Amino acid sequence: MSTTFDPIQRINDGFEQFKINEFNKDPDYYRQLAQKQQPKFLMFACSDSRVSPTNILNLRPGEAFMARNIANLVPVSNKERYSDIGAIIEYAVETLNVEVILVIGHSRCGGIERLLALPDDETSYDFLDDWVSVAEPAKQRVIAENPDASGEELQTLVEKASVLDSLKNLLSYPYVQSGIEANTLQLLGGYYDFVRGNFQILETVTV
Amino acid sequence: MATNGHTIDDAINGLKKLLSEKHDLQVVAAEKIKQLTAELEATKSDGFNPVQRIREGFDRFKKEKYETNPTLYGELAKGQSPKFLVFACSDSRVCPSHILDFQPGEAFVVRNIANMVPPYDTIKHSGAGAAIEYAVLHLKVENIVVIGHSCCGGIKGLMSIPDDGTTASDFIEQWVKIGLPAKSKVKADCSDLEYSDLCTQCEKEAVNVSLGNLLTYPFVREALVNKKLSLKGAHYDFVKGTFDLWNLDFGISPSLLS
Repeated sequence: MSTTFDPIQRINDGFEQFKINEFNKDPDYYRQLAQKQQPKFLMFACSDSRVSPTNILNLRPGEAFMARNIANLVPVSNKERYSDIGAIIEYAVETLNVEVILVIGHSRCGGIERLLALPDDETSYDFLDDWVSVAEPAKQRVIAENPDASGEELQTLVEKASVLDSLKNLLSYPYVQSGIEANTLQLLGGYYDFVRGNFQILETVTV
Repeated sequence: MATNGHTIDDAINGLKKLLSEKHDLQVVAAEKIKQLTAELEATKSDGFNPVQRIREGFDRFKKEKYETNPTLYGELAKGQSPKFLVFACSDSRVCPSHILDFQPGEAFVVRNIANMVPPYDTIKHSGAGAAIEYAVLHLKVENIVVIGHSCCGGIKGLMSIPDDGTTASDFIEQWVKIGLPAKSKVKADCSDLEYSDLCTQCEKEAVNVSLGNLLTYPFVREALVNKKLSLKGAHYDFVKGTFDLWNLDFGISPSLLS
């Protein structure tokens, strides 16, 4: 363990900064928030330390209900295998009545990189390969449509295609489907490229 | 109504004229028109425009952070080496980037309902397992922190499951049942507490259940035993404005019998 980095100090300092710069500066806002949250967004983002939507979209507390997992994947509804994802979507749509679900893909995603290294790479994982295979259809589709793509170009195409698949998979949740039909919910697909420093909206799904 | 030459028709005609004169702008224009259409499609009747909100948010981040720290963002583009894996609730009020002021690159984050870490299960819990596996084995994070919080809807849901175990939701109750050992403990130990205090105790005890569940992952145990990893529990109370932090101590002693 490194001797110079003190995680307890880092956590203590971080919370102090938050209290001084945010929490204590707007007590009315935080008091109201403590009573109830009414986020308009549910956001799916990668667990990657570089892509927190709070940072890259300058969000305030209370704006977005958040799901973060490797490669920002939304698998097809499955009560046995993906109850974590189902619970997030169910709560966000049915209880919190969010208006928008945004799925954010990003550049140099380790999860997608791993997916592209399969099946040849010999390292074996208990969980990782099975999880990232949720994006296998996106990988196959991109390769079929872009036989000459490779390296970073290929990875970017798969990162984006996976976001589009996640939007499609969201529709396998009945509450999402009926929200779209009732025009109370819309889906957005986004892509954050931290190499070039830009953010694109890839797709909109509305009624 | 053509009053000052700025009707939609004028705007479109102006664009058409420009593009007929400068063909090389057509690809860029097509992309921008696509973005604009997405933005307009997204505008709700109450004026809430999610695409605009996203765009403004990113523009602010880009101007105030990304472009003012080119060295940091240049390094981050090459790779990440966060010191923390954090489990936090999906609740919009408890993002670790806010409450612990985490900057890009500092923390690999999992967010789910009630910040639960499920036990090792390759069938039922591959998402959580993958995140822990990647963080510990590939990124070699040094600290895992599980952060519970006040007024957690997921914990409230757990506490509300009737004793016979019947559930009304599709997913939510099934998921929060990971915390059942915490519920049993607080109901037994703190039966005299008010309901809301009982929930607070359960929020903290569920963090301990999650810390215990982390130990079911062999790669976590290995890193702990080799002193390359620490496990910490935390509780953020946004009513009182406080943050609690505690350690889970774990070790395997050398042989006790010789």
